[in-house]
Amino acid sequence: MRQREQEIEHLLRRAGFGATEEEINEYARLGFLSFTHLAGRLLNYAEIPDDVDSFVGGPGYVGVTARGGLQPNTNLTDARQRWLFRMVHSQRPLQEKMALFWHNHFATAHSKIANDAGAEEATRMLAAKPSEDPGGAKGQLELFREYALGNFRDLLVAVAQDPAMLYWLDGRTNFRNQPQENFARELMELFTMGVGTFAETDVYAGARVFTGWNTARPGAGAARHFAFNYNAAQHDTGAKEFTFPIYPGGSRTIPARGGASGMQDGLDLIDAVARHPATGPRLARKLYAFFINEVDAPDDALIREVSDLYYARGFAIEPMVRRLILSTQFRDPANLYKRYSWPVEFVVRALKEVGWNGFSVNDALTPLVNMGQQLFEPPDVNGWELGRGWFSSGAMLARMNFAAQLTTNQKFNLRDAFRDHASSPESVVAHALDRLTPQPYTSSGQAALIDYANTGGAWTGSDTQLATKASGVVHLIVGSGEYQLV
Amino acid sequence: MPITRREFVKNGVAAFTVGFSAPAFLSDLAMAQGQFRRNLVVLYLSGGNDALSMLVPYNDQAYRERRPSLQIPAGSVLQIGSDSSGVALGLNPRLSGLRTIFNAGRLAIIQRTGYANSSRSHFQGTDIWSTGDPSSPQGTGWLGRYLDTLPSPVDPLSAWSTVREVPRTLLARTVGVPAIPNAGQYAFASPNAGTPDAQFARQSATRISSHLPIDQPHLAFVNSTAQAAFATLDRVAGVAAYQPSVAYPNNGLGLALSTVAGAMQRDVGTKVFWVQTGGFDTHAGQNQNQAGTYAALMTTLDGALTAFYNDLRNQGLFNDTLVLQFSEFGRRITENGSQGTDHGAAGLMFAIGGGVRGGLYGTAPNLRATPDNPTLENNGADVRHETDFRSVYASVIDSWLGANSVNLLGGNFRGGPAFI
Repeated sequence: MRQREQEIEHLLRRAGFGATEEEINEYARLGFLSFTHLAGRLLNYAEIPDDVDSFVGGPGYVGVTARGGLQPNTNLTDARQRWLFRMVHSQRPLQEKMALFWHNHFATAHSKIANDAGAEEATRMLAAKPSEDPGGAKGQLELFREYALGNFRDLLVAVAQDPAMLYWLDGRTNFRNQPQENFARELMELFTMGVGTFAETDVYAGARVFTGWNTARPGAGAARHFAFNYNAAQHDTGAKEFTFPIYPGGSRTIPARGGASGMQDGLDLIDAVARHPATGPRLARKLYAFFINEVDAPDDALIREVSDLYYARGFAIEPMVRRLILSTQFRDPANLYKRYSWPVEFVVRALKEVGWNGFSVNDALTPLVNMGQQLFEPPDVNGWELGRGWFSSGAMLARMNFAAQLTTNQKFNLRDAFRDHASSPESVVAHALDRLTPQPYTSSGQAALIDYANTGGAWTGSDTQLATKASGVVHLIVGSGEYQLV
Repeated sequence: MPITRREFVKNGVAAFTVGFSAPAFLSDLAMAQGQFRRNLVVLYLSGGNDALSMLVPYNDQAYRERRPSLQIPAGSVLQIGSDSSGVALGLNPRLSGLRTIFNAGRLAIIQRTGYANSSRSHFQGTDIWSTGDPSSPQGTGWLGRYLDTLPSPVDPLSAWSTVREVPRTLLARTVGVPAIPNAGQYAFASPNAGTPDAQFARQSATRISSHLPIDQPHLAFVNSTAQAAFATLDRVAGVAAYQPSVAYPNNGLGLALSTVAGAMQRDVGTKVFWVQTGGFDTHAGQNQNQAGTYAALMTTLDGALTAFYNDLRNQGLFNDTLVLQFSEFGRRITENGSQGTDHGAAGLMFAIGGGVRGGLYGTAPNLRATPDNPTLENNGADVRHETDFRSVYASVIDSWLGANSVNLLGGNFRGGPAFI
């Protein structure tokens, strides 16, 4: 029994953002008690309605701070709030988790786009939902949700034609007589094959390939928005030579094409980099680190298997993720708590496990900056520095202090929730550990928690004492090293 | 015998005599005896700084031809003389504060710094500059290895990153360096603030974080960052109260440098500071109407460094300070279609400090794109390095930090520009 619960908590932390006690009970009520059954529900999320946005601002949910109406399609702060809300409450947690993965993989920052297109248009390019946008604009985040477990080659095409990306990596200023290398370089170095797999000449040729891939602004009035536009007149029509095969037959040359059909150049190159032998292993390693273990030496056999699936299944992501989540390695006790949580994972999990009644996700935004992760503002195109990169004394202090902020806010909710466990300092600590699912402490760590609960006066279990010590113990756990691992 | 600025610049350090700015120089020598108070401020311009827009070869015909929209005219640059090869050079017009420091003989600019087969990748390039190892840019940083030579146990505040991450340059084996972007926010909070319970919580948290299991290095690492926080909280709180002697610009770099000055003035014991400012990946809109993104970057840089220079001089700390600037690569010589520049090869480094022998070091590239031009590479597209960046590091390690550069860099890179 204990083992199974541990596996289920682990599954929910890795394939989602953790779970509240109510959610665990609800899964049990629906009959998703076994690991594989619940994993299936998380993977087959398309069967679950995507209605979470309709609950924003509703009672019983984590709060948002609307300044004259929440405007998540045009206001960056509100876009961040809505995404955090979705991570807390979505019934499709794996979709949000993969959207976050792709946001890091194709890391695009709002500030540079805003500099050229204005803050509102930049937010639209990154976060607009087509169903809510007057021009039907689709923000980059919506691409990441749509292709969360979709086809990677198709995702690459969508990203290459995404207005946010065309601004971010300067594709919009890639002209036939003056090619712009930024996107072509990162397509190969960061998005697909990886550093050391291509030559500088490939970058120059790649830049020429994407000449003419630009934006336009169709629509009028409020409907006017940025969209992809292929500008045939700006396409470099000459042949392009690469050092790696572009076509299945082995040819390394994209042939000369007239401007009208020149957009095919880019599609050919995207096919080639998707098919490149370094791309599958690189994606497999990244997904392995995300879902299985980023601490120990990787399981090369499993990574090879996942990489083989990538090629065998036509670049589909879903079979790779399914293979990882359903692997014996995923559930191996040696892989539990072997990933450093990202700041947003830490914050969302803490909200789910500590409580949110009376807390607004808006109040998590500045702490997230201090922890080193501001949504829609990755530090550069390489994304965030994962793993140990999340941790420094300042960032760790920011995590401890978010724990303090949240437990201050939840002090009386915690007091009430701990009333049935107030008989002794030991029972308070035991309940807190049960509620929060940290990596188990050593006996000395546990003793430090109990000693803290015991300090400051004899135990009476009074409301006053419980308010102090329940919030205090929860603060210590959420701020501890053991809680930073997922 | 007094010398003119031109002679000084032309001949570099060799021509430096006491006649030039003598009083400051002599007091510098005296101050240098107190070596233990010395500190190093590493300034990283992230994104790949366009050296040719910072130090402009304004008379070079090829410069004007290859940069039709980016070029800065001779009448606008801040002319600072010629280098030893006779190329006339000027600072970016927004760098008037740096010119003052240059004229005071405390700014050294080292041209064409880099390494062979320069990486055009931001990430690999940064790792190479951080480790000092182009062939295998992994593991500890060149200054992390310096920290590892300090007597054990190494105080976490021996180094201080003013950005949220600890850069690879400061990655050490023996100590976890703290990242403290804002000293005022570097404090331990509690849900029971203002009561004795908050102190109990801090004691307990310190105890929990003392768990450093050898068989769980990842948990030990996270806990070590918490421990570093607890070991430094009270000293950093003193820095937050620092009142600078001048107003710093209200931006990230200004805040970082005023924090560094505060840490020096409070004597918290930090030997190496990391300061960073970004936005140098100027692929587009670099110099529209002489006021594009690059001009804004230079304004930020100049404002913050000038305030820092003045503050340190007012506090009597300038002679103990060495600022060393770098960036992961220089940029393409010919501008692209977006009035910007793509990734290139060699760039420049500069150093500011009371112990710096100011002037122009190295020689400017000849920007004419002929196949046999030895100062360029990549078919004349990029600037070829002349000074290995590790020889600059070696000067800093040997002459400023008092450590052994051969050990720390894994090879003998001595004999580079003698700017310290």
